[in-house]
Amino acid sequence: MRAPEQEAGAGETLLAVDNITLSFGGVRAIRNVSLDIRKGEIRAIIGPNGAGKTSMLNVINGFYHPQEGLISFRGAERRRMKPYEAASQGIARTFQNVALFRGMTTLDNIMAGRTLKMHRNFFWQLVHWGPAAREEVENRRKVEEIIDFLEIQAIRKTPVGRLPYGLQKRVELARALAMEPDLLLLDEPMAGMNLEEKEDMSRFILDVNQQLGTTIALIEHDISVVMDLSDRVVVLDHGEKIADGLPAEVQANQNVIEAYLGVSH
Amino acid sequence: MEFLYNLLIDPFVQMVELPDFFLQVLWEGFVSGVLYALIALGFVLIFKASGVFNFAQGIMVVFAALSLVGLYALGMPAYIALIATIAIMGILAVAVQKTIFHHLVNQPDIILLMATIGLTYFLIGFGEFVFGGDPKVMITEELGLPTGSTAFDVLGGLVILQHIDIAAAVIAIIMVTALAIFFNKTRIGRALRAVADDHQAALSVGISLDQIWIIVWFAAGIVALATGIMWGARSDVSFALEIIAFKALPVLILGGFTSIPGAIVGGLIIGIGEKIGEIYWGPLVGGGIESWLAYVIALIFLLFRPQGLFGEKIIERV
Repeated sequence: MRAPEQEAGAGETLLAVDNITLSFGGVRAIRNVSLDIRKGEIRAIIGPNGAGKTSMLNVINGFYHPQEGLISFRGAERRRMKPYEAASQGIARTFQNVALFRGMTTLDNIMAGRTLKMHRNFFWQLVHWGPAAREEVENRRKVEEIIDFLEIQAIRKTPVGRLPYGLQKRVELARALAMEPDLLLLDEPMAGMNLEEKEDMSRFILDVNQQLGTTIALIEHDISVVMDLSDRVVVLDHGEKIADGLPAEVQANQNVIEAYLGVSH
Repeated sequence: MEFLYNLLIDPFVQMVELPDFFLQVLWEGFVSGVLYALIALGFVLIFKASGVFNFAQGIMVVFAALSLVGLYALGMPAYIALIATIAIMGILAVAVQKTIFHHLVNQPDIILLMATIGLTYFLIGFGEFVFGGDPKVMITEELGLPTGSTAFDVLGGLVILQHIDIAAAVIAIIMVTALAIFFNKTRIGRALRAVADDHQAALSVGISLDQIWIIVWFAAGIVALATGIMWGARSDVSFALEIIAFKALPVLILGGFTSIPGAIVGGLIIGIGEKIGEIYWGPLVGGGIESWLAYVIALIFLLFRPQGLFGEKIIERV
């Protein structure tokens, strides 16, 4: 297998994970894994259940802090970064089991994604006047663009708890996009969807990548979904990296086939 | 037969025969209700944003009132003492967040409740150490709050309104309105609701839990201070005040733990209900029903609407 760097072309490294190890007590969720995400690509992280995919996403996003290894984002090394710090540096994410603000409307959910873009301080907020009100309007305009982009105009004022699952996933994507992230992490964006919803979501992911130029790292359980979608694929199994490269290469890799078919080690 | 008459008919006859007295009872109930609502509001703020049932809300009322009186006794002018007390509630909010809740993110609710019980006993001990255990008098006049009373000629009799009660009602209405606008219309309010709904998701969009929780604890501290001043003006400022916090429990059951309007309506129902009960039905059982009637009302309510009047409907998918 040739080194993936030669094939994926240019695109500097946006995020690099070097020799990460993450354990919970005696359980080692991730063992000595390295991977990189290049600017502008769609990078898939796949693997069977319990492979450590979501743990990896949580490490990148700052929910977990690895015991060993380095993470650098835009060339700068980060140490014990908190999730909201990751957010302020331009990393947005969605969750495997839709984590929306259920009591709030679609619009408010997406507006919550603008939190970091709004700077008026506490006292202006308190009086809700002048600059604070103007800022609200400006951000609202941006949110409307995202709503158009993802075609969710009709559910603008609907409390998200009432929406069907597929639409909830889309609202969650909208909220992440409202952050105007440099790196978008999607945790199983197509899980639990029917075929039509999967196709819609795939199209939106491609649109985000191509039209907004957002770098995307996406986790999938289902190997077939990512093959058409992603530029490069890394495969995890039992917390270890077993393959990394172009979709076609990974698909042909013997280790990957064994991991998915469950050949005994 | 006579008992039934006294239970079912006589109270209403009295209400109609002495309408001015009935009005007076309603007013007194309304004022207590406003104060219950304020206490309940303190609970709701913290519960909404963090899911913590803040057992310490009652002692925060006492602590705020004692700080205010204590600072005035040290020779500070009343308004400076008021501002300094607000600052103390701010410091308390930061300290509580940094030393306790920062370390308990994602812990089960029962752990958070235990932490607030610990905080309660710490504040009782600390308060007694600093201010002493003896009751103090609230500096009502010094704060510019009215103390007189006015009698109104209505329905062929007199209804007497204490000015401090009117002030309490007005201040409570202003605070509640301000909080409602803040919660619904501003970025920080939206962030508060976001945190209330889902901690992880809120973190992922860049909301700092620490910052939000400090803001709610501070807001609850200010509500506690307002409650302490108003309640202290009607009785003494002492640690006995802490138990009024438990009056907020039936209010919360009635109104729902997550609803600001619920806290208000619940407070009023409990306040007016227990006053009317005490005056008109109390004599039947020898009086003193005011202290438990609220819980009975709340229990009956629980049977029919476990989520409270305005609480979010509990729907569980199986």
